[in-house]
Amino acid sequence: MTTKKTSGDRLYQVFIYVVLAMLAIVIIVPVAWVFLASVKQNSEFYGNPWTLPASFYWQNFVDAWNAASMGSYMLNSALVTALSLAILLVVALPAAYCLSRFRFRGGRFLNVCFMAGLFINVNYIVVPIFLMMRDWDSWMNYFFGKTIFLNNLFMLAIVYAATALPFTVYLLSGYFATLPHDFEEAAYIDGAGYGQAMIRVIFPMAQPSIITIILFNFLSFWNEYIISMTLMSSSTGQKTLPVGLLNLMQGQQSKAEFGIMYAGLVLVMLPTLILYMCVQKKLTQGMTVGGLKG
Amino acid sequence: MHSKGRSRFIVLCVAPAVILFFLFMVLPTVNVFRMSLFERGAYSPTETFVGVNNFKVLFKDAKFIASMQNTILLIVTVTIITFFFAIVFAAILTREKIKGQNFFRIVFYIPNILSVVVIAGIFSAVYKPENGMLNSIFSLFAGREVMVLWKDQPMVIVSIIIAMVWQAIGYYMVMYMASMAAVPADLYESAGLDGAGRVKQFFQLTLPLIWTNIRTTLTFFIISTINMAFLFVKAMVAKGSSDVALSFMYNQKDAGLYGYSMAAGVVIFLFSFLLSALVNKVTARDVLEM
Repeated sequence: MTTKKTSGDRLYQVFIYVVLAMLAIVIIVPVAWVFLASVKQNSEFYGNPWTLPASFYWQNFVDAWNAASMGSYMLNSALVTALSLAILLVVALPAAYCLSRFRFRGGRFLNVCFMAGLFINVNYIVVPIFLMMRDWDSWMNYFFGKTIFLNNLFMLAIVYAATALPFTVYLLSGYFATLPHDFEEAAYIDGAGYGQAMIRVIFPMAQPSIITIILFNFLSFWNEYIISMTLMSSSTGQKTLPVGLLNLMQGQQSKAEFGIMYAGLVLVMLPTLILYMCVQKKLTQGMTVGGLKG
Repeated sequence: MHSKGRSRFIVLCVAPAVILFFLFMVLPTVNVFRMSLFERGAYSPTETFVGVNNFKVLFKDAKFIASMQNTILLIVTVTIITFFFAIVFAAILTREKIKGQNFFRIVFYIPNILSVVVIAGIFSAVYKPENGMLNSIFSLFAGREVMVLWKDQPMVIVSIIIAMVWQAIGYYMVMYMASMAAVPADLYESAGLDGAGRVKQFFQLTLPLIWTNIRTTLTFFIISTINMAFLFVKAMVAKGSSDVALSFMYNQKDAGLYGYSMAAGVVIFLFSFLLSALVNKVTARDVLEM
């Protein structure tokens, strides 16, 4: 643009930077505060909140990890997240491939169903899922003398994967539909079967979409707490990290162990923050493709 | 080609997804509607048909009405405040030459990747009555000890609004930035030559050109505010002190009133659906071509 710099422009520039900096501060300061608080001793929480930690009191992390069971919760979370991502990919990739590239009876109907699934939010159906699994458990108990559906990390992973299916199938189908059919034709001529053509030729090309899917679902599975809290409700059973942390926070009102609580918060958000710093460009780009989440 | 192998391949590929989808999404969704017409024992799966009785009780339940009022309040305020900040910051970051543009985009998006449990933890430090961040800042400016009880009535709803806006700004900002970046730069140039200032350009060029995107996000705002309000209330607020629609539904489940809980679910679902449709209709404009 060919405008001259006036003093008004200069003032406007300063104003813009002030506004931007203010929002940045409002976001960074509370997050950074939690990081600093995680190495403070308990006595430091009864004074001015803006003092720096007197020393790096790492004992908070040790206590959170051992005494507050955050270590085993973190392991559970890692296990559930990895399992559900694996299940999701194994189930969604072939389904999206067939739904987008083959014409078969009922195919269009299934496509519409999965599209409609985008509008089912899991918060609405978490109670029926819980009741259904409790009923299945009571049958299991009746016939086999043990329960396997509630309070089971593997089942939780299956539910996570199932609820992420519509979005994932939608995203993958959209990508598969853009590929020309020549790829498979060539593979068939070379003697490859349907499965080989799909796994050896098409899936490798879908790598960017697969990475996007892993990123988004890693964040949502790792951070999720409503389904986990409902399906893993036994007070003695295993818990995922967010639910364990929530219990710790809600017990906090009675006994004051602030240091441990903030250490637990850091444990939950550190993996997501590190991942975000590595792939932030991909994440904010992918978001506009699959903006239907949220 | 050999069609038997083809069908077998398709069934093998599609069946696992269809089974999971049916068991854990379709069936529970059907059950929400079906169970809303039944009463179910708290510990036994016996159900008795009660017709629309659950709904009759629901519409007279003062707690449910209060929770719906809170939800509507949150939808309106969170949408307006978030929309304002998100679109202004998106316009600044795409239209102005800013040093560190990337840095700001990265920082503003951070709250979106944090678990709501983490955000609740962060804000418990912000809202702590004694030695909390917010109260200590107010005390500094007031020159005396300020003791606002942020998580009690009547401030609790304000606290939830602040936390939800904090969480959502970056997400919507990135959405608007993407569609603003698609507006050709020469349009702004010719508008600038015609003497249109920044504000005029924003209202007469940017807003109309990304209108389709804005309409989509308005639907997102409605649906996600209903959901996020539930997550925030569940993690941030002491049980029962302030409820939103979905947390009311969830609490009925804890009380063992499953049919009643599902009736609330049906009402909330229909409400969100109708409100989205209404907003979509009201905001319909002729699309401006770029």
